[in-house]
Amino acid sequence: MSDSSITFNRRSFIRTSSLASGGLLIGFNLFTACKPKVQPPVDISQLNFNDFNAFIKIADNGAVTIFSPNPEIGQGVKTAMPMLIAEELDVAWDKVYVQQGILDTENYTRQLAGGSQSIRLGWEPLRQTGATARQMLVNAAAVKWGVDPSQCTTSEGVISNAKGETLGYGDVVKEAAAMEVPENVTLKEPKNFKIIGTDAQNVDIDKIITGKPLFGLDYKVDGMVYACVLRPPAFGQILDSYDDAKAKSMPGVLDVIRIGEKAKELSKEGVGNWTVAMSKSDKVVVIAKSTWEALKAKEAISAQWTDGAVMESTEFQDKQLIGLLDGKEFKTLRKDGDIDKAFAKADKILERTYESPFLPHNCMEPMNFFANITEEKIHLVGPVQTPEFAATAVAGMLGRDVKEVHLEMTRMGGGFGRRLYGDFVYEVAEIADAIKKPVKLVFSREDDMTSGTYRPAIKYRIKAAIKDDQVTAYHLKEAAIGGNMYGLIPNFFPAGAIENYQVDVANYESNITTGAWRAPYTNFLAFAEQSFFDELAETMEVDRIQLRLDLLEKVKGTTDERIQYSPERMQNVIKVAVDKSGWGKKEEGVFQGFAAYYCHNSHVAEVADVGIENGMPVVKKVTCVVDCGIVVNPLGAKNQIEGGVIDGVGHAMYGDLSFVDGKPQSQNYDKYRLIRMGEIPEVESHLIQNEIAPTGLGEPTLPPAGAAVANALKAATGNRFTQQPFSKFPELMQVPTKPIIG
Amino acid sequence: MPKYDIKVNGVSKSVDVAEDTPLLWVLRDHLDLVGTKYGCGIAQCGACTVHLGGNAVRSCSLPIVSVAGQEITTIEGLSEDGNHPVQVAWKEVDVPQCGYCQAGQIMTASAFLDKNPNPTSDEIKTAMHGNICRCASYIRIHRAVEVAATKIG
Repeated sequence: MSDSSITFNRRSFIRTSSLASGGLLIGFNLFTACKPKVQPPVDISQLNFNDFNAFIKIADNGAVTIFSPNPEIGQGVKTAMPMLIAEELDVAWDKVYVQQGILDTENYTRQLAGGSQSIRLGWEPLRQTGATARQMLVNAAAVKWGVDPSQCTTSEGVISNAKGETLGYGDVVKEAAAMEVPENVTLKEPKNFKIIGTDAQNVDIDKIITGKPLFGLDYKVDGMVYACVLRPPAFGQILDSYDDAKAKSMPGVLDVIRIGEKAKELSKEGVGNWTVAMSKSDKVVVIAKSTWEALKAKEAISAQWTDGAVMESTEFQDKQLIGLLDGKEFKTLRKDGDIDKAFAKADKILERTYESPFLPHNCMEPMNFFANITEEKIHLVGPVQTPEFAATAVAGMLGRDVKEVHLEMTRMGGGFGRRLYGDFVYEVAEIADAIKKPVKLVFSREDDMTSGTYRPAIKYRIKAAIKDDQVTAYHLKEAAIGGNMYGLIPNFFPAGAIENYQVDVANYESNITTGAWRAPYTNFLAFAEQSFFDELAETMEVDRIQLRLDLLEKVKGTTDERIQYSPERMQNVIKVAVDKSGWGKKEEGVFQGFAAYYCHNSHVAEVADVGIENGMPVVKKVTCVVDCGIVVNPLGAKNQIEGGVIDGVGHAMYGDLSFVDGKPQSQNYDKYRLIRMGEIPEVESHLIQNEIAPTGLGEPTLPPAGAAVANALKAATGNRFTQQPFSKFPELMQVPTKPIIG
Repeated sequence: MPKYDIKVNGVSKSVDVAEDTPLLWVLRDHLDLVGTKYGCGIAQCGACTVHLGGNAVRSCSLPIVSVAGQEITTIEGLSEDGNHPVQVAWKEVDVPQCGYCQAGQIMTASAFLDKNPNPTSDEIKTAMHGNICRCASYIRIHRAVEVAATKIG
């Protein structure tokens, strides 16, 4: 039930040194203690992220550089995380220069972009680091003035004493570097925040709007060659033979090679099923002088592939999943009371099945990576959400020491979970190791869409028992491809609210590689659950909002530590959403749908407004209320909310990847529909103001969006959508002449 | 291989590439102008949008042979130092999330506003419909085009 904060011994995670080039360098560790004896380097070029995973540099002239440690995928941490440091360091935000930290680590576990956790977990240590640095600067000034540090104050990088004398941070930085690291610094009260809670623009905005090289695909070194890879066209196929005569004769082509031997080593590295599946077949690589020449020559290779035992089609998978739901082989993830008894005694039982397709991530920047492997060094550069993991796996795969790996993160043209999986890093490493040249691996859009780690196709079956106008049992069954829900998800709402409650899961092991996709599992589970609660309210003939509020009431005071959602905060976002959306008070022709969901430690409620245009329902507006605790950067937060909601609406409406004999049926945007400008709803966002430690925002607004839309579509058309994408069912989109209010 | 002369951002360039090489890859690989992005290669997403004779075009689907001798403007040449009204509006509104598609969005918006400096909301939606933003920063893109219009108009 708590928003846990993490306590640190400052001495253990902060070290300082004066720089050869002048100024003070503070090395600190965000999520674990550092090796106690390590000192930061005296030369800024020698930053070693093995010893410290983040650094602050204060120059003699007072300029502050913050090396932001976590990968930036569009979620805004490169802006928001340094804001936390700058707040407590007490410097003017517009004087702070943020630089992406290089990452090359074997010891730390949290330098990744995923799970909407960067701000939540960085909240304490980042502020403590800023405060500690500030205190050292104050102590240095106090010594200079011969006064007690308690008589000194700071503001925007300037220290003042009682006599009105001032010193800039740059004036005392050398002395501060020699100071003891203070043990007991006080953090600011939220009411005194000057930076946290104010709008800060994206720190890379100038570079983005002028087209500066920022992304992995933009990275280039002298003598670099380009690689494009021919992978199995269908999941389950293995490379047999290939003819590269034509490709080799094409202009710009330097070589055609076969890879795959090294990748087979990966299965021993414990890198996950997805990599094992992806490395089952060898691949053919074209090396060329330019991207276009490599792409074209790849098309000229004729390859023979051997089909595996099962070549899966969507129809086949659907049968497998329904078979699992109908069967008895489940793993129980949570069991309260006795659902069977409750169902036996029920007055009424409601059961529904909800179905979702595979989804590719479709990052706008296709997968790519750079590698240059020499006898001394493994140099890797590019966009990856899990750089540390990739570095370790590459070292293992090549039989090298991880200390030889030097990995630089670029800004990422989207992540959405796809770049958690380093298959492209392993591929480029194997290529670079073979050709002994600096090389950039580039996926075409077709490569990107057809060799993905997709959001798994999932089916949920939910069954509820109603007795004496109460929900007495809730049974959720999940049948998924390539893995089931994990962590605390089985303990999300309505766990704790219903006496007899059970979550059962079953998995079909598929040839098709699956993985995390923005808000893993909850991205569809929220749709199933929040659609079901609307149907439940209809069946019980009670108010759909009141049903949710009443159930939440029963969770209050729970001592179950697995239940981390707060019924109070959830009720609050629901009530605010009802108020702000004008729920139930809309003019004729506007049909509303409601959904509320907790995930990634944040509470969200959404109301979708559907209007009718040319006889068809259209999503006009979504009102979104979020409680994610203290909002570090409201400008960035609202961008995440709007993006998450529209992403949720778009994929619920249009997202669909099907398979025939293992082959993805969409390869590019001509056959895969992403939501576009003309289809977006207005998004009205409201952030709950409180002083609770911040939680995630990159994901939580997406899951409820699909259910809010489905519930509004039900109101508009009288039809219940239980399958995504909705656009696949045009017959359900027909609006009756007299709309049914469900 | 044949040589092609093009004028990019006011500077004459000569490139030695196959005739079917898309302008996108000439810009990125041969002229080191990487602000123009690769997204789909089939003119469906708009990430590669540049100006050709003042019109927004998809550089991924324009072979070099078809643009030889013509004038091209890329994001790098849209303004001297990022002060084109559309760029200023993009900054004011703080549009980007990941930022990858934004150069293409800005090039589409700037060519559109050149021809229609006082657009309606629906005209903006139609003009920007061909550019995908996977982060779905569409609301801010729309607002930034409106803000840019007030600066131009």
